[in-house]
Amino acid sequence: MSKHFLGDTTVLLGRSLRHITRSPDTIITTAIMPIAMMLMFVYVFGGAIRTGSDSSYVNYMLPGILLITVASGIAYTAYRLFMDMQGGIFERFQSMPTARSSVLWAHVLTSLVANLVSLVVVMLVALLMGFRSGAGVLAWLSVAGVLVLFTLALTWIAVIPGLSARTMEGASAFSYPLIFLPFLSSAFVPTDTMPGPLRVFAENQPVTSIVNAIRALFAEQPVGSDIWIALAWCAGILVVAYAFAMNTYRRKIS
Amino acid sequence: MTTQQAPAIQVRGMEKSYKELRVLRGVDFEVARGSIFALLGSNGAGKTTAVKILSTLLRPDAGTARVNGFDVATQAAKVRESISLTGQFAAVDEILSGRENLVLVARLRHLAHPGKVADDLLRRFSLTEAGGRKVSTYSGGMRRRLDIAMSLIGDPPAIFLDEPTTGLDPQARIEVWQAVKELAESGTTVLLTTQYLDEAEQLADRIAILHEGRIIVNGTLAELKRLLPPAKVEYIEKQPTLEDVFLSLVGAKA
Ligand SMILES: Nc1ncnc2c1ncn2[C@@H]1O[C@H](COP(=O)(O)OP(=O)(O)OP(=O)(O)O)[C@@H](O)[C@H]1O
Ligand SMILES: [Mg+2]
Repeated sequence: MSKHFLGDTTVLLGRSLRHITRSPDTIITTAIMPIAMMLMFVYVFGGAIRTGSDSSYVNYMLPGILLITVASGIAYTAYRLFMDMQGGIFERFQSMPTARSSVLWAHVLTSLVANLVSLVVVMLVALLMGFRSGAGVLAWLSVAGVLVLFTLALTWIAVIPGLSARTMEGASAFSYPLIFLPFLSSAFVPTDTMPGPLRVFAENQPVTSIVNAIRALFAEQPVGSDIWIALAWCAGILVVAYAFAMNTYRRKIS
Repeated sequence: MTTQQAPAIQVRGMEKSYKELRVLRGVDFEVARGSIFALLGSNGAGKTTAVKILSTLLRPDAGTARVNGFDVATQAAKVRESISLTGQFAAVDEILSGRENLVLVARLRHLAHPGKVADDLLRRFSLTEAGGRKVSTYSGGMRRRLDIAMSLIGDPPAIFLDEPTTGLDPQARIEVWQAVKELAESGTTVLLTTQYLDEAEQLADRIAILHEGRIIVNGTLAELKRLLPPAKVEYIEKQPTLEDVFLSLVGAKA
């Protein structure tokens, strides 16, 4: 690792954070869709949905909404990276005596910060809509930890199209299936009402275990094996996406 | 002492293809330290490709290239410390101000007083007033001047300018030429590509023409002129060129 890695990454992180503070609309756009979904689910469908638990429907669906927030937020990560690649500034950085992977890490950390801000915004709206949790500090920290890990995993996925897409649409289209994935999970309805094959898929895909773990943490219930399965999924996706992204990056810069 | 005498840029048998398109087919040239070298060629001749290889953004398929004594393939980091690139298309950050762009590059080059470096360059390129404004509000010429200013940060011994004056008005062109001449006077080696023959005439100590993947001529302006049959003496009235008219009307000191 280059001796300038930390310094250069910090400088470049400052640059992209400045981009965000100058166009805060990206944060708002990221937060608006999950908020709209939350309003719709709670006030339109919520009354008709039987979750089998006696807490409010906001409490039930917030974990899924948080994951959707991240999934739509990382589209901007890919977009910002894509814009740098297009604009020539990427080549300027690469031709300078700067630590090689700093450009990438700056985007990854920016993604983390931007998504955490969006998550806080969505969380505040949920509070207004009646979300309540008696979870203690440790449980909240665990939720934060899972969300950070999830964001990092999805961010590294986003890096791949950000580096290799040819059009702006291509750079962000990959996020649509990720946004859709929570609908085929336990995020909004219990999986046991789903037909056979769909149910098998829903119960074994990563979103379900992550949602169940966060839900249990909020509800002060034992997380059981879900948390470990959730962490394993996040870590697994993170490692694989990181390897692919780094490989794509190395091909780009050589 | 011998390294001081060695050429600043040394290219031997450089080849590069994109798939089956053979762009460079064995390019050889040398650039003496502190001199200005112009690479001429029509659209698609491979000028940008050659510059990208020299600035370590692309790998050659064959041949060797040394910049400041360092091999671009095996000592890329050393090469990056020795050069600065102004690409064909302005590589500036649109969302940051002009000053912030300069400070950013100064930080990434690990200089001690980035703010002072930025202010000095803003003054030198008549951008002081615009310095606090977002670059997205700049005219094409201002953007190019900022782009070149960013490349001067850190006083690298060699500078590559890829079509530095394309799209500039005559006055801005003369300003850029002036800056390039000053650079060479202070000992910087300049490699520039251009499609304007008068630019090469004005600036370059040596001129090379890249055609069909090879350097077909390489020499001083006088040597190049000698390639043509000797000039006949004819008497014609000296008409002012349109450029003379334009410059006298807008009051530039040419
Ligand atoms: N990434 C790429 N993939 C495929 N072909 C490329 C790529 N980059 C350049 N080329 C092709 O290589 C040839 C040389 O391109 P290059 O940009 O080096 O030319 P140039 O001399 O700089 O031209 P111009 O004066 O238009 O800037 C062109 O035919 C171009 O289409
Ligand atoms: Mg070119």
